[in-house]
Amino acid sequence: MDALMQAFGLVFDPFVLAVIGLSAIFGMFVGAMPGLTATMATALLVPVTFFMPPVPALGAIVTATTMAIFAGDIPGAMLRMPGTPASAAYADESYAMTQKGQLNLCMGVNLVFSVGGGLIGVAVLIAFAPMLAEVAINFSSYEYFWLACLGLTCAVFMSNADPVKGFLSLFFGLLLATVGIDPAAGFPRFTFDDVNLMGGVNFIATMIGMFAVSELMRGAVTVDATTKVVAQAVGNLFRGIGGVFRRYWLNFLRGSFIGTAIGALPGAGADIAAWISYAVSKRFSKQPEKFGTGEVEGIVDATSANNSALGSAWIPALVFGIPGDSITAIVIGVLYMKGMNPGPTVFQENPQLIYSVFLIFILANLIMLPLGWVAIKSARQILRVPRNLLLPVILLFCLVGSFAMTNSLYGVVLMLCMGILGWIMEEHGIPIAPLILGLVLGELLEQTFVQSMIKADGDYLDFFSRPIAGVLGVVTLTIWLVMLARGFRRGPVAAPA
Amino acid sequence: MSLLSRRSLLAASGAALATPLAAPALGQANWPSRPIQLLVPWGAGGGTDATARIVGSLLERDLGQPVNVVNRTGGSGVVGHSAIATAQPDGYTIGMITVEITMMHWQGLTQLNPGSYTPLALMNSDPPGVQVKADSPYQDIKALADAIKARPAGTFKASGTGQGGIWHLALVGWLQAMGLKGDHVRWVPSNGAAPAMQELAAGGVDIVTCSVPEARAMLDAGRAKSLAIMAPARNPMFAQVPTLNETLGINYSVGAWRGIAAPRNLPAPIAQRFGTALKKVYDSAEFKDFMTQRGFGTVWQDANGFASFMAEGDRAMGEAMRGAGLARG
Repeated sequence: MDALMQAFGLVFDPFVLAVIGLSAIFGMFVGAMPGLTATMATALLVPVTFFMPPVPALGAIVTATTMAIFAGDIPGAMLRMPGTPASAAYADESYAMTQKGQLNLCMGVNLVFSVGGGLIGVAVLIAFAPMLAEVAINFSSYEYFWLACLGLTCAVFMSNADPVKGFLSLFFGLLLATVGIDPAAGFPRFTFDDVNLMGGVNFIATMIGMFAVSELMRGAVTVDATTKVVAQAVGNLFRGIGGVFRRYWLNFLRGSFIGTAIGALPGAGADIAAWISYAVSKRFSKQPEKFGTGEVEGIVDATSANNSALGSAWIPALVFGIPGDSITAIVIGVLYMKGMNPGPTVFQENPQLIYSVFLIFILANLIMLPLGWVAIKSARQILRVPRNLLLPVILLFCLVGSFAMTNSLYGVVLMLCMGILGWIMEEHGIPIAPLILGLVLGELLEQTFVQSMIKADGDYLDFFSRPIAGVLGVVTLTIWLVMLARGFRRGPVAAPA
Repeated sequence: MSLLSRRSLLAASGAALATPLAAPALGQANWPSRPIQLLVPWGAGGGTDATARIVGSLLERDLGQPVNVVNRTGGSGVVGHSAIATAQPDGYTIGMITVEITMMHWQGLTQLNPGSYTPLALMNSDPPGVQVKADSPYQDIKALADAIKARPAGTFKASGTGQGGIWHLALVGWLQAMGLKGDHVRWVPSNGAAPAMQELAAGGVDIVTCSVPEARAMLDAGRAKSLAIMAPARNPMFAQVPTLNETLGINYSVGAWRGIAAPRNLPAPIAQRFGTALKKVYDSAEFKDFMTQRGFGTVWQDANGFASFMAEGDRAMGEAMRGAGLARG
């Protein structure tokens, strides 16, 4: 209880509230700009959070991402261009509603159900993270080894791309993770006698490069100067919402829980949550033929799902240090920077900080209602900001952020190289997320494997010797066998003719 | 962190940019005329970082210029130590160097050794402890020592830091002092003391030989207990933990120390000014209170004392690491 009171004190501090307010506006803007993602919003916040204590730093990230995932719906409905990938699943549907003259209803549904879904995700986070931490305090290297394996498997399994390309990306990430001083024997690898490389490939600088710089390069190649905004005026957003809720409350709950579950899985975030829940909605709808023609049903599922995925992605990140999505991969880096090393002990050592994060999550979802309303009303002005001014400013933030991560130019050079690599990868349909997960989890995987082998005196069966480790191991191996069996049954698919 | 330190961090990035422009000789007469950077080779939130921050804030008061703590982490400390050694010796970049500087070069990780710096002052040293799980069958150090001796090599597993790190050497030294081989207890490398304590609480290893203040969170949570410290005297913060000498009659002590140093060839007047300022910091009530409260040990050696302390430590580490088969090249 003491920690909860402390948390209230920490959050309801004028400086923290001001940070939350500003990051909310920032998040709305980034989310509403097509091409700028919630992950990018987080990456751009890194240099700013560097100069803050933990609570406002995490508060800024929580608030900005919550807003960005909702705001991505706005250009989806107005321009048929999703503001973030998380809105891509139903951008066509939203635009179809707009063409039918239902822009009001569409935006209202997006706003209200985003808030609802977000709150459900947060509720699950608050209920399950501390419970899971109690269990996880008894995890040893065996359990962590299997969790790392499961996380990496999810990364390939959940990405929409060709599995071969997913594996390519994953293994490249694992390769990058081996640069630096080897965690077991303390021997430098792939460092070429360079002191900076001894510190390894900094994953936040990598992520800024991969998610922000690659997007800038794409923007620079295809500067489409004019964006046509729908001329429809936005009226009363909340009219008709009650009716939609009465009709589709089941869709709302289903979307929220699918989103929460997918968010908590490593490597899959809000975008995949939206795709899957939209598909589920269509599959179980009484009128699937109406999907794609401007029906609100699928939007309810998907817009609830992507916001609920945000909160639950923090569960594995806080409890195990395994990111639930690309946003929490950055959050893990920020946590380390603030001395709050993720893991079950963070709930004992810094409970007031964890409760503060929970409070900010609730707060962010609540202020989304008025702020979202303002964002929708001023959408036309936001969408008119010229990209040729915006992109250089973002580049500047990327440079400062990557410098702050290593306090040296090494971070900047690394960030730029990774930006080019990320751009090339995306141009060839190779997903970036598995690479990031490989880079983040590579050290954990290697370290826990070596630790376990030393503890077991080289006996592989010891990996199944503890009850939870045994279950996790069997689950992991089963998933691998199923994947292999499927691959064999299908044979060499899509062989070039 | 207050608004003030946020501003000083901003100033630090400014100072970092300005460094190459200022010639070393220029500022000597009226040194210090701009902010000073205090580099830390370890991450924010850890013990080294906390010690550097209190030293920095007290130094700032005496020198009249902001002292900005900058973390240069990674590579088991190589990155930060090398950043301190290779900075301009103009008195505007100093750093907190740690015991690893007498160890890393024996492992072949770097060319850097104590001679790569202008030593300024030794401020702190923490002895290793012997921690076991709260419900371990060995409730005192004697029982644990007897069990280790009685069982075959490799029965017990210990952790606390990476392979060849300071707490690994503490274990090796303790085992050797008991007449056993250095690898009689198997070392499980970990990413620092906190993950090792977590592994201990989960039942993955039997012993963790990190310092008692590092084990504190798990001790306070009632999940682990300290059986002994490897030091000449008890720690007043953890007065119930006995020393190895009073329990086993083993007079073995090593420690993880931290001190302030500048790049080699720092002009003598600046080094002297730092020396008097650091002595004032060490004698201040704030520093003593902070260190006692965290359970960190305090020791003082001036520049010359620190230099001979490091030289002796370097020699002893070389011997110990060769003995344990941890030295390379």
